[in-house]
Amino acid sequence: MVQALAYLKETTSQTAGPYVHIGLAPGAAGIQIYATELGTDIAGPDARAEPVRITAVVYDGLGAPVKDALIEVWQADASGICPHPEDPRVGQVAQGFRGSGRLISDFDSGEFAIDTIKPGAVPGRMGSVPTPQPNPWIVSRGSNIGLSTRIYFPKDATLQATDPALSSIEQRVRTATLIARKTAPGQYRFDIGLQGDRETVFRDI
Amino acid sequence: MKPAEYDMRDRGLHPPALHPGYKTAVPRSPRLALLTLQQSLSEITGPTFGQGDLGPLDHDLVKNFAHGGDPVGRRIIRHGRVLDENNRPVPETLVEIWQANASGRSRHQKDSYLGALDPNFGGCGRTLTGADRYYFFRTIKPGPYPWLNHVNSWRPAHIHVSVFGTSFRQRLITQLYFQGDPLIAKCPIVQTISDAAAVDRLIAALDMNSAVPMDCLAYRFDIVLRGRGSTLFENRPEGN
Repeated sequence: MVQALAYLKETTSQTAGPYVHIGLAPGAAGIQIYATELGTDIAGPDARAEPVRITAVVYDGLGAPVKDALIEVWQADASGICPHPEDPRVGQVAQGFRGSGRLISDFDSGEFAIDTIKPGAVPGRMGSVPTPQPNPWIVSRGSNIGLSTRIYFPKDATLQATDPALSSIEQRVRTATLIARKTAPGQYRFDIGLQGDRETVFRDI
Repeated sequence: MKPAEYDMRDRGLHPPALHPGYKTAVPRSPRLALLTLQQSLSEITGPTFGQGDLGPLDHDLVKNFAHGGDPVGRRIIRHGRVLDENNRPVPETLVEIWQANASGRSRHQKDSYLGALDPNFGGCGRTLTGADRYYFFRTIKPGPYPWLNHVNSWRPAHIHVSVFGTSFRQRLITQLYFQGDPLIAKCPIVQTISDAAAVDRLIAALDMNSAVPMDCLAYRFDIVLRGRGSTLFENRPEGN
C-alpha cells in the first residue's frame, strides 16, 4: 500500500441540452429576466482596434447546420493583454474590454456572428512566437462535453508557420480548419465541423 | 495566486463524445483525437464577472420571474461550494442554472411537452460564489419530462449548471440530479458516464440541516473544477 493521493475528482460534464438558452441566453428564449445578459459586448466601446466580424455555422457529421449550439469566446485585447488578474500586464488592458463573448446559433439557419476586434498576440510558452487568436468553446444538445478550438486569421500566415499549436497538427490538411477565411474587409468566415471530412481540430488543454 | 498550469483533465471521468445510447450525439460527436496542447497565458486565463453584472434577484428563481404570485411546486434551496481538485476554494466565480418547472415544462419555444407553463416561473438563475466559495439558489424542484430518444424515455428531474472557474480551462456545464430519483439510472444521458462514482457525484443530497422549517427543503451540490499545479508557470520546462 502507498499513501492515498487525496485529490478531489472533477465534476463530470453533461450535455447543455436543447434548452441551454433559458439559462445562458434567456433573451433568445423569450425570457425577459436579467437586466444585462452576459457576453454581448466582447471588446467594449473603447477598444481602439481593428473591428472584425466572424460569421460561422457549426455543422454536424452529415453537413447539417447545428441550430441549437451555444458558443463562447475568450480572447485578448489588441495589445495581447487578457483581462484577467493573472496576466502580468492586466493593468494596461483596454478600458471596458471584457474579452468574453457568448453567442447562439440562429434557430433557423444555424448561423452566428462574433463581433469583436482582432486580438494581439498573447505571449507564448518559454518565449515561443505567438499568433493572435480568439478561443471558442462550443456546447450543444448531443455534445457531452464542451469543445475547445482556436480561430486564426489568414493575414498571420507567417506567424502561423511556427505557431506551436498549428505546427503540432500531424495531418497538415487539418490546419485549414483553424484558419478563418476573409470575405470582405473586416469580415471573416469560420465554419466549425463536428465530424467527418471537415472535422475541426479540437483541443485537449 | 501565481500563474500555474492546470492539471490535465481526466477524460475517463467524463462521457466520451460518442455514446450511441444518446442518439443526438451520434452525428454531433468528433471522431478524431483531440489535439494535446501545452497551456499558455491564453489558456490559464478566462472570463471574469462581478456583482455589477448581476441583479439582486438573479439567484432567486422563486421571485425572479414572479408576475403577481409565486410559482407552483416544491420550494427548495440548492446550495454548495465550488472547489478545485486540490480542495482549494474557487471564489467569485459565476454559477448559472436553468431548469424545467414543477410540471417538467421548460420556458422555451422548442419545448412542446404537455406539462403546463407556470406564469411565475422563468427557470434561470445566476450567482457568484462568495469569498468562502459558497453559493446558493432558491428555486422550485423541477419535474421529470419525456423526450424522444427512445419511446418512453424520461429525463430525471435535473437542474443544468454552468460554471466558469478561474480560467477557461475550468469551464464546465453539467446537470444536477436529486437523491432518490429512480429515473436517474434509466436515463440515456446519465448512462453516457461509465464511472458509477462519477454519476453519484452528480446527485445532490437532501440536506435537512439547511432546510428552512415550514418553508423549503434543501439540496446540497458541491462542484469540483480542475486543479492546478503548484509549479510556477514560467519555470516549468518544456515537455515536463
